Amino acid sequence: MGWANWLISTVSRALAFGVPLLWGTLGEIYAERSGVVNLGVEGMMILGAFMAFAITQQTGHPGLGLVCAALIGGLAALLHAFVTITLRANQYVSGLALSMFGLGLAGLLGRGWEGKPLGKPLPTLAIPGLSQIPVLGPMLFQDQTILTYLGIVFAVILWALLFHTRWGIAIRSVGENPATADSLGINVTRVRYLCVVFGGLLAGVGGGYLSVAYRPSWTEGMSAGMGWIVIALTIFASWDPVQAIWGAFFFGVLYHLSYRLQAFLAPELLKLMPYLFAIVVLAVSGFGRARWRQRAPGALGLPYVRGER
Amino acid sequence: MRRVGPFLLEPRLAAPRYVVFGVSIFAVVIALLAAVPVFVGYGLNPWQAYAAIGRGVFGSWPSFSEVIRRAIPLILCGVGLTLAFRAQFWNIGAEGQILAGAVAASGVALFLPVPDGLRLPLMFLTGFGAGAIWGLIPVLLRVKFGVNDVISTLMLNYVMSYIVEWLVHGPWKGPTMRGFAYTDAFPLSARLSYLPNTRVHWLTLALGVALAVFVAFLLARTRTGYEIRVVGQNPDAARYAGINFAAVLSLVMLISGGLAGLAGVGEVAGIHWRLRSPSHISMNYGYTAIIVAWLARGSPIAAIFTALLFGLIFAAGDYMKTTLSLPFQITGVFNGLVLFFLISFDILMLWRVRLARKEKIWAGQTGS
Repeated sequence: MGWANWLISTVSRALAFGVPLLWGTLGEIYAERSGVVNLGVEGMMILGAFMAFAITQQTGHPGLGLVCAALIGGLAALLHAFVTITLRANQYVSGLALSMFGLGLAGLLGRGWEGKPLGKPLPTLAIPGLSQIPVLGPMLFQDQTILTYLGIVFAVILWALLFHTRWGIAIRSVGENPATADSLGINVTRVRYLCVVFGGLLAGVGGGYLSVAYRPSWTEGMSAGMGWIVIALTIFASWDPVQAIWGAFFFGVLYHLSYRLQAFLAPELLKLMPYLFAIVVLAVSGFGRARWRQRAPGALGLPYVRGER
Repeated sequence: MRRVGPFLLEPRLAAPRYVVFGVSIFAVVIALLAAVPVFVGYGLNPWQAYAAIGRGVFGSWPSFSEVIRRAIPLILCGVGLTLAFRAQFWNIGAEGQILAGAVAASGVALFLPVPDGLRLPLMFLTGFGAGAIWGLIPVLLRVKFGVNDVISTLMLNYVMSYIVEWLVHGPWKGPTMRGFAYTDAFPLSARLSYLPNTRVHWLTLALGVALAVFVAFLLARTRTGYEIRVVGQNPDAARYAGINFAAVLSLVMLISGGLAGLAGVGEVAGIHWRLRSPSHISMNYGYTAIIVAWLARGSPIAAIFTALLFGLIFAAGDYMKTTLSLPFQITGVFNGLVLFFLISFDILMLWRVRLARKEKIWAGQTGS
């Protein structure tokens, strides 16, 4: 039974580790589908993590903490939206600035709380019935917080919204060819703003999950590069919310194994695995590059100026 | 043409130099103002704080020399990044390339049996090589596999950072260092000398300035430099002209990564005299160099001066930490703000602002 328990706990923890990646990736998919790259995910996540921790510590309500995390993520994304959409600045540089700013600000604000555990973390819930199934129950339906299930449900809803509704068509056409979308009466600026801010809200929740659920505490830089993995995952998932589920949990497994395999390999070498793998995965799937280019939103990274091009 | 109040805005293609300079200074000043709430939040009078920092940093030669000391890695990385950004290769990986150089130099310093006189030159050579290799991997990934350069360079930062962690906790951990995650101290022959009364390792500084001139010459006066600029400004034209992208990008990243590697050599051979945890060696120099290069607007010579500006910000951060007991993270906040304002104000340079005369106002309204 030893290996079965090992498998159960590995899958269960990997699932938990994949959650922040999933939320972040879903948000970035929407931003990029509307044509805006946001490299500020790392900054938005760490701000969300700090905010969720601080609010939960003060009020005792992890739910409220997560809402505030979403808001700060959305606010940070609004800054990126203004700079890149209205002022038409370079999207890469603005995103990097947002990440630097967010990491610095969260470190600055959180200094008094460094290393503190959270008194009242987000509770885990066992789904009645399903959690009683042998093996699968403890693997998937116990010891998870609501954000795990909500994330998966959300991914499916967002997929349907993107590919099977008029809103989705509007978002995708703005990302694909803003001039055409504009001529059809779609408000390019508004769609892009909404998508980028929505992405920020989700990234904030993803960050908040880290500090109120996964590791209920605050440490500076606790997002540990997850925001960058999210950028890679967005490409890996071909900008498709449902594929983001598999991608996020695949990386959740990698992250988790970097803790579980420490008996066999130096922990530092294990910790670099997810980052190395992100490159390898992109390189391997890059073989079908032509197919990929088609999937990337056509106007990704380009500011839209009415009457140009 | 557009009218805003009594002003007429005329679009223009390129801003004259004094406008670029003025707008850049303006961005830095606005960022200083935007950082004011941080001081207030820590219960300090911001103006007194700025004045104290100014006195502290410029007060004496030893304290001002810290600005130069901090600027050394920023010059090397910043110059390399101007080159990469000119070719539109998004090298966000200077942080990892610094560490690669530091690792190679430490290896030579600690383990290679060479004559004393050869040790430092060999450290610089291998450091350049290691940084260059770490910089060339993303080129290979982009050219052969179509992997986005932003992602690959960023990921390689984390990979190298964990490799350094592993080395200092594991195989290279110094037997005499007990609890600390350090390698043993470098022999004297592997340490750089300082200008008197400072920690300015002048050899690295001289290398940085010389290489800035070299890169400026390469960009402006050679056929290769021309190819680099075409690849960056108009990839389609470059393809049409038969320019070999892989070769151009490889050269660019060989230099860019190599320069960052040299910065890493300077840090371990000049400041720390050992390899230690990555955050102490690269210290966000690699990320800050992105702002240095962006503020320099692609000019390697200008990067020397923008590097000094950010050297000043780092030195001010040190001063704030020791004297005003403000956390060093304040520099990160400030750097992010500068970068934000810098790119936000770019749009100002694309418009020429004039005071409108009465009749011109109407003309302005009828035009688009």
